[in-house]
Amino acid sequence: MNFRRIVLIGIPYFWLLALFLVPFGIVLKIALSDTAVAIPPYVPKLDLAGGWAALVDFVSQLDFENFAFLATDDLYWKAYLSSLRIATISTFFTLLVGFPIAYGMSRASGEWRPTLMMLIILPFWTSFLIRVYAWVGILNTEGLLNQFLLGLGLINEPLILLNTNIAVYIGIVYTYLPFMILPIYATLERLDDSLNEAAEDLGCTRFQAFWLVTVPLSKNGVIAGCFLVFIPAIGEFVIPALLGGSKTLMIGKVLWEEFFSNRDWPVASAVAVILLLILVVPIVLFQRNEQRQREAEG
Amino acid sequence: MRRFTWFNATSLTLGFAFLYLPMIILVVYSFNASKLVTVWAGFSTKWYGELFRNEAFLDAAWVTLRVAVISSTLATVLGTLAAYVLVRAGRFRGRTLFSGMIYAPLVMPEVITGLSLLLLFIAIGLDRGVTTIVLAHTTFSMCYVSVVVSSRLASFDRSLEEAALDLGCTPFDAFRSVTLPVIAPAVISGWLLAFTLSLDDLVIASFTSGPSATTLPIKIWSSIRLGVSPEINALSTILIGIVATGVISASLISKRAALQRERDLHKAVRT
Repeated sequence: MNFRRIVLIGIPYFWLLALFLVPFGIVLKIALSDTAVAIPPYVPKLDLAGGWAALVDFVSQLDFENFAFLATDDLYWKAYLSSLRIATISTFFTLLVGFPIAYGMSRASGEWRPTLMMLIILPFWTSFLIRVYAWVGILNTEGLLNQFLLGLGLINEPLILLNTNIAVYIGIVYTYLPFMILPIYATLERLDDSLNEAAEDLGCTRFQAFWLVTVPLSKNGVIAGCFLVFIPAIGEFVIPALLGGSKTLMIGKVLWEEFFSNRDWPVASAVAVILLLILVVPIVLFQRNEQRQREAEG
Repeated sequence: MRRFTWFNATSLTLGFAFLYLPMIILVVYSFNASKLVTVWAGFSTKWYGELFRNEAFLDAAWVTLRVAVISSTLATVLGTLAAYVLVRAGRFRGRTLFSGMIYAPLVMPEVITGLSLLLLFIAIGLDRGVTTIVLAHTTFSMCYVSVVVSSRLASFDRSLEEAALDLGCTPFDAFRSVTLPVIAPAVISGWLLAFTLSLDDLVIASFTSGPSATTLPIKIWSSIRLGVSPEINALSTILIGIVATGVISASLISKRAALQRERDLHKAVRT
């Protein structure tokens, strides 16, 4: 290995080690520490100057107390379950909204498709925070949606939407929609139309051909899209904090409050560690799916 | 022949209405004369005036812009380097860990990234401020840059580089005069992606900023927690306008460049 190669690999490697891996080590360490009224608010602190004896002493003081605390307090496991539930429901609705859009895009004429594509990506570049905020004014009790529905006479009294789980679902569907549409569109666009024509020639109605040919063949895009919405939705903070109510339990919000309001760093760190462990499952499944797809194509 | 049915037309119309109406409403109500966001009281640009007189917002905008420019530039350099290592460096010890560290931040919840970086900064005694936000943003956006650049590098014909080396270029010259021009579009879009990620970030910036440095998203956050305000609508409109102009003009420029290439090709074939 020559010197240039070492420098080339070393710079990004060192950066990621120092600012990505080491911080996780610290989170793990603090998750195993005790809360203390001090700055920083946890013990024990590692003192490298103390040598081997100090290290042994340090390790012997670590314990799983915080994890035991998470298991005994209802709040935490309810928040994890509720995050998974909210993410699942929102993913389902994102699919329901996204699939027809992706399908419509794949049917549009070739000259229109790049424009449609840009229109899907454009919101993705605009601030996430602003896109969530836009819904506050719409879903309010005196908001535009209620004014509209009242004006049409569809409802007699305003619906309470803001600060409920429904608002959180709407927020997630709205902000993550491009993640669902793009992979589905990518698979639908490549579909061979003669397959549908063959199905129709063989006696299928147009809907049967769609259901029996197009939908199964779009499976890979649907799976990829669902994971791309589900994974980030679990740890979401901004949407439940802004659109959800006090009853909306999501683990990202719990972690934030544990850290900023309760100032309990060890518990916040333990919450983060468990959240990561939960996320490993869908991430591994997602990567397996991608791998299979690549192998099928290659 | 693909059929474009009524169902397709309806779902596209409704879909795009869903995507764009909330933002259009936001923009329209930024010109509302009333302080109440839900009551229309005539056209006015007074909230824009208020916005530009608000020192706190201007300071935050300046901090955000500085952080975004520095961190996206650093992230582009590091991310391109990382992409080069991933695609070109072959096997080396710890390669799996390296590619893991590139891909993991993309799926990491922001609250965890923010928390872990903050704990690091405190552990090493770094004062929280512009520097720490820049370090944090550089770290997560370099991963996005390297994904964008490495997909371009992977599809690039390596024999061109080898030819340059055979003709006497140093590896650095070959990179600068052959590889870089080819991957330049990916590097530029990587920079833009890093820039918008940094402009947009609330969670990681909240963890890693100190009292000395407030970014625009943090400022927006603290004022919208109190409810809808027309000033924030005005600010949002400006931000949406900048992004829309940027994205649309970028796509027009690349479309024109593609057309130009095609025309040149035709000319070359004819002569």
